[in-house]
Amino acid sequence: MAQPVLELKQLQTYFFSAQGTRVVKAVDGVTFTLNEGETLGIVGESGSGKTVTSMSILRLLPAAARIVGGEMWFQGENLLTKSEREMRALRGSQLTMILQDPMMSLNPLFTIGEQIAEPLRIHRHMRGTRLVERIKELLRGVRIPSPEVRLREYPHQMSGGMRQRIVGAICISCEPRLLIADEPTTSLDVTIQAQYLSLLKDIQKEKRLAMIFITHNIGIIAKMCDNVGVMYAGKLVERAPVRTIFNNPAHPYTEALLHAVPSLTERTDRLWSIEGQPPDLANPPAGCPFNPRCPKAEDRCRREVPPEFQVGENHYTRCWLWEGR
Amino acid sequence: MDSSPVMAPAGTFAGQPTVLSLSRRVAAKLRGAPLISLGILALLVFTAVFADFLAPHNPEVGNLRLRYRPPAWETRGSAEFILGTDHMGRDVLSRIIYGSRISLIVAVAAVLVAGIIGTTLGLLSGYIGRWVDQVIMRVTDTWLALPPVLFAILLAAVLQSSTWKIPSKWNIVIILGVVFWTRYARVIRGEVLSLKERDYVRLAIVAGCSRLKIMWTHILPNVANSAVVLATLQIGVVIVAEATLSFLGVGVAPPEPAWGLMASEGKAGLMTGYWWLSVLPCLCIMLVVLAASSLGDWFRVWSDPQLRQL
Amino acid sequence: MQRYILTRIFYSFISLILLSITIFGLVRISGDPVILMADPGAKEEDLQALRVEFGLDKPIYVQYGVWISKLVRGDFGKSLYYRVPALELYMSRLPASILLMAVAMTIATLVGIPIGIFAAVRVNTWLDSFGNVFANLGLALPSFFIGLTLMLVLSVDLNLLPSSGSGTIKHIIMPAIALGWVLMASNMRLARSAMLEVLGSEYVKLARIKGLSERLVILKHAFKNALIPVLTFASIQVVLLMNGTVVVESIFAWPGIGRLLVEGINFRDFPIVQTTVLLTGLTIVGVNLLVDILYAYIDPRIHYGQ
Repeated sequence: MAQPVLELKQLQTYFFSAQGTRVVKAVDGVTFTLNEGETLGIVGESGSGKTVTSMSILRLLPAAARIVGGEMWFQGENLLTKSEREMRALRGSQLTMILQDPMMSLNPLFTIGEQIAEPLRIHRHMRGTRLVERIKELLRGVRIPSPEVRLREYPHQMSGGMRQRIVGAICISCEPRLLIADEPTTSLDVTIQAQYLSLLKDIQKEKRLAMIFITHNIGIIAKMCDNVGVMYAGKLVERAPVRTIFNNPAHPYTEALLHAVPSLTERTDRLWSIEGQPPDLANPPAGCPFNPRCPKAEDRCRREVPPEFQVGENHYTRCWLWEGR
Repeated sequence: MDSSPVMAPAGTFAGQPTVLSLSRRVAAKLRGAPLISLGILALLVFTAVFADFLAPHNPEVGNLRLRYRPPAWETRGSAEFILGTDHMGRDVLSRIIYGSRISLIVAVAAVLVAGIIGTTLGLLSGYIGRWVDQVIMRVTDTWLALPPVLFAILLAAVLQSSTWKIPSKWNIVIILGVVFWTRYARVIRGEVLSLKERDYVRLAIVAGCSRLKIMWTHILPNVANSAVVLATLQIGVVIVAEATLSFLGVGVAPPEPAWGLMASEGKAGLMTGYWWLSVLPCLCIMLVVLAASSLGDWFRVWSDPQLRQL
Repeated sequence: MQRYILTRIFYSFISLILLSITIFGLVRISGDPVILMADPGAKEEDLQALRVEFGLDKPIYVQYGVWISKLVRGDFGKSLYYRVPALELYMSRLPASILLMAVAMTIATLVGIPIGIFAAVRVNTWLDSFGNVFANLGLALPSFFIGLTLMLVLSVDLNLLPSSGSGTIKHIIMPAIALGWVLMASNMRLARSAMLEVLGSEYVKLARIKGLSERLVILKHAFKNALIPVLTFASIQVVLLMNGTVVVESIFAWPGIGRLLVEGINFRDFPIVQTTVLLTGLTIVGVNLLVDILYAYIDPRIHYGQ
């Protein structure tokens, strides 16, 4: 079995206020493994720590945040001990990320060609005609017609869907091993979403890319992912293969999430939502963070934070209900 | 973490409001206010109001034999004239004290005039729209493009030789009002434009309220907040403008003790070592303007519930 | 882009017309305009002759027409004090002011913008706070205060620089600093906020994700974008400069148009006042137009049309 592309063990990333008094535990003990060609979906509400996790992997955290614990291994190398220069060599070439908002991701003042050229120039030292040919090839790869014309154009001349595909082209330009997609289709029209997702999937199959797909949309998870991680209040409360998550959810939060998705076949009068609010990460409740809203919460849940328990093959959850089963 | 609404009185305990004295509640609301600035401005108002009692000497009449006396802490200075005397033998301290009155009156009056004109025109422009809006906006754009000082001088020149004579203090108020109203008009108009789309305004229109009534009862109270914020921010600007105009000889006329005028009159004295004539009034201006600006900034954040959450 | 430029030219033209109408109107409001344009001791016949010349017996739009046609031909009236055509006087003083403003603007730009950008990059550090204080002071203090302080310290106390007049580099330093002061503060503030906004943008994030060095991110991606709002500010800068120049030239006895204006009002020489204000307004409109056109070249969104 080949070495996993990415391994996270108990990653902890905290945000510190200016005086160091307030600490927000944005990511608190996230563990998972990602292999070549696999897609891991990370799903959760806003503020659950999905984006901070991905920024931690890239080590592009804002000044107020710090990785305070855990391990990150990329292709067998320790990401936490790398210098900034070494990280820069990885970013854009081995490790890339597609951002959410295509309208804002591209610099309005530079041509498309220039923006795609940048990583190629820096990481692959390409110049001249070879560079131009490669850019055209990439544009064709993301199904953008007439690449020779496009590469001289500016972002504002293109639609959101096209821009997001260009961002995709930028990210795969240096043939990365890991691609993180942070809600890439949230800002796109529904009709374009499907096209974009299928494009990503094709690219992944072709290049044997490992992908992390961050979203709050369960439907996309079902379509795109091999494994799923459910995040709540900075913790990964359940992780399992995609089928298992849908058929046998272990954690009450996962169950609630699945329940909240309106069904197309059943008739309901009201949309069901989980009661309560996500906790304040600076003052999380004692014990399991989900306990105030959990219908199955017991006394122990309110006192102690549950560690990970194994539920089945490749299926883990952080819930006292599964202790010792 | 307390998630009670921002306006909850201080001392809310576990969600139940306790009964607090009025002073405590006021203090809590004012928490964060720049106290030094408030103090300076309070001092200004106090001095202006009680100038007659505070000033040791007559600010406008001096004794030529006593001119150019330095402040009390220098050699040759005396306790009789704590801040020294000017070129006409007038007591600098008394002039500064009375000058505060002028600064205050002119600043407040000018801001009021500019504010009223600007708010009214902005209101009309935003609400009525069409050609009224076009005209007012073009005028605003043009006037905003003119440097305030130049415009003020032009107005002063016109008023100088005009057929109706007005005391110089009110000249300045008019001039400053005319120069500065455009800023209000712009801002207010923007707000009115967005308010126009609100449902309660639309409802009032459907209900058949006259335009005037809608503007008065619905829109005006909502823009009043912005107008006041802008006014507080403008006070510093207006004070500087008045001081500058007085400095150039276009503002308040001698022998009135406007601070800018004092600085100007004292300029010649700088070269010969009579530094207190210019420097002291300038310091006063600086203190007041800094206080007004910082208070204005604080007020802007305080009055905007959105910003305050930060 | 063509259409954009033409529209801008059209609007500039309208502004000029409005400006002239404003000034024209103000003079008329004051009562009897000839009193403004005539010598203090003029006799009634002279006043009457002036009235006919300005067409005051005719309807107001004719008066306006007369006035405008004179302006277009370069007849701005005659200075009552100097007894030469006002336009000529203005033009002779203009170079000195342009020089002063250019130096002031250079100082303000070279000092203010880098500090602002640096403050944004090192946000919330002591450098940022220092810059903040500096900016606040700059905006709060009237320019004559700065001028007087400079004069006091550098001229009187230290005797380093001459306090008035013109002619050598030494003469221009203090007035230029005094004039550039407010601009420096505003520039700094603006550059800082523009830069902060850009630094937080998505495309800067993407640039970092691509693995670009921090220097490249800032100089290439952030800087150019931050420049756009700063350029907008350039038009306001000119207004601030003109404003400040009146005061600074008076303090330092610099022979430019600012000083001319003050002389005009102090000597009750209205033609000078009118000329200066009109031509200053014209210059500002012109500069605004230039900046707008410059935009079209820098920002491809305008260049290629929406």
